[in-house]
Amino acid sequence: MLQERIADLAKFVEPDRVRKEVYTDPQIFELEMARIHEKVWIYCGHESQVPKAGDYYTVQVGRQPMLMVRGKDKLVHVLYNRCPHRGNMMCGDRHGNTGEFFRCSYHAWTFQHDGKLRSIPMMESGYAGTRYGMDNPDCSMKMAARVESYRGFVFASLAADGPTLKEFLGDSRIAFDDMCDRAPAGEVEVVPNCFRVIQHSNWKIFLENQLDALHPSVVHQSTGRAAHEVEKDIAKKTGKAPLSYHMLSAFATVTIDKWDDFQTLNYPHGHCILTGYMGLRPQDPDTLAYEKVMHKAYGKTRTEEILGVNIHHVLIYPGLSVQSPLQQLRAVRPLGVDKTLTEIWHFRLKGAPEPIYRRSLAYYNLVNSPSTLINADDLENFWKCQQGLGSDGGDWVSFGRYHGRDLEKDGVVETGPGMGTSEAPMRNQMKAWAQYMGNAR
Amino acid sequence: MSAKHQHAAEQFLYRQADLLDSKRWQDWIDLFSADGVYWMPPEPSYTTWDGTPAIFAEDKNLMTVRMKRVLHPDAWSQRPLWATNHVVSNVVVDKAAKNGDLVVRSRFHMLELRRDDVRHFAGQYTHQLKKTKGGYRIKLQRVDMTNAQAAYDYVLQVWV
Repeated sequence: MLQERIADLAKFVEPDRVRKEVYTDPQIFELEMARIHEKVWIYCGHESQVPKAGDYYTVQVGRQPMLMVRGKDKLVHVLYNRCPHRGNMMCGDRHGNTGEFFRCSYHAWTFQHDGKLRSIPMMESGYAGTRYGMDNPDCSMKMAARVESYRGFVFASLAADGPTLKEFLGDSRIAFDDMCDRAPAGEVEVVPNCFRVIQHSNWKIFLENQLDALHPSVVHQSTGRAAHEVEKDIAKKTGKAPLSYHMLSAFATVTIDKWDDFQTLNYPHGHCILTGYMGLRPQDPDTLAYEKVMHKAYGKTRTEEILGVNIHHVLIYPGLSVQSPLQQLRAVRPLGVDKTLTEIWHFRLKGAPEPIYRRSLAYYNLVNSPSTLINADDLENFWKCQQGLGSDGGDWVSFGRYHGRDLEKDGVVETGPGMGTSEAPMRNQMKAWAQYMGNAR
Repeated sequence: MSAKHQHAAEQFLYRQADLLDSKRWQDWIDLFSADGVYWMPPEPSYTTWDGTPAIFAEDKNLMTVRMKRVLHPDAWSQRPLWATNHVVSNVVVDKAAKNGDLVVRSRFHMLELRRDDVRHFAGQYTHQLKKTKGGYRIKLQRVDMTNAQAAYDYVLQVWV
């Protein structure tokens, strides 16, 4: 029965609705990994995570355990975390430094940082007359088919063919341009801490939530209200509450009807942008001091251009959610049809004054840490979605809000004026999904 | 260290744990001094909460936000049945100043029930306690939770 259904996978997606099995069927999940995550460009990490030769981070690409490693040649390589001899995992720690070369803990085969075989104990005697040895590429660690980076953000694709990283990202490159341009030095540096949180729900539920502009005032009302009360209280006592309270209270002060004033832009490959809403260009002394540094680095006109970029979220389908004005990102690692790991990182703007980093840090700690005041309620809903979708109470998930009223121009779908809560981003993601799943055989 | 200090420190820690388990949030917050901070670093090597990534780094204002959120009727994740049970032990009074201030280390184990799931958290508390007329107040509570370095299966809702 399943074979029959999967042959017709594209039929699981209609322009305004999707079959529930897309979220619950383990076999569809396996196909997604093969046809999407193990083909397209997946974010591995930032170059500053591995500054020294031999530094490595393990990373999951689709179902494949990979290693991102800095070579002696200064290049960042992405390899399968696997010894070609007997299949042993090469690096058992999440990150570290492998030294001059990789050395397998089982039979001491050693490899260069780019995965090339370096030595095998007693190779001449042990392997004389066999097909194994330095000249056999099967005796080296396998590299990701393609590795590219954009402004320090490293991506890998496990398929030899396909669009370049730049072509794949298209206009969603603004996620990295916006983040890096905000640094007076034009680049960012990772803060070496990764918060890792597991969601008991399908990976697509998280991505669909990222640009869902209707949910915040429903889901995050409790935190918004609480923060707003304390914010008012602090303001009464001291004159002004820190900006971090505004980041939380906006979830309540921006009432449900006002979310239609925002806009989403929906691009090919499922990428989308939600325009900003937090007013992150206040006129406090810290911001003004920062703007002075920016003027020095870029001049007035360019600074205005950079700080005028007004986005809250950029979603790079199928695995990355970037909040460029707050210098943080969440990478999505599907672990199973109903289990998803998010890896949450934040960055420093090189050359920016410390208070600007503190702003990013406050959001990272309050919204994105494992004691999150915001995502706790999202995760509760994601779990409930996954539970409900497993039932026979209905066959479809609907994305019908403002359907038929999207504006399309040159392949970019904009939500119409006053339709910010449109489910266009979900429709756009599922369109890309159907293309990936239908095209590949 | 005197038996008096040991006894006072233990009683304080037991009372604090009891307030969490009985969800008396305001009474729990009141145990902190006006400038008190509750801090859970991501890993043991951190030496300050100020300006670093933290799982918790909360002054009394942020504690109040968390309390008000938890008590809001639409805090969806708070709807399901949940409860905690703390055990605090291995109490060591590291320092006792002349003015009565203490530095106290202890180990904790917390069991949490949410719906049908049980989770376990354990680690070390370090309390900097200020002696006041009304009893001890916490200037800094550092929580080095052993689980902190592993991936979180779901998140933490309130203080540990």
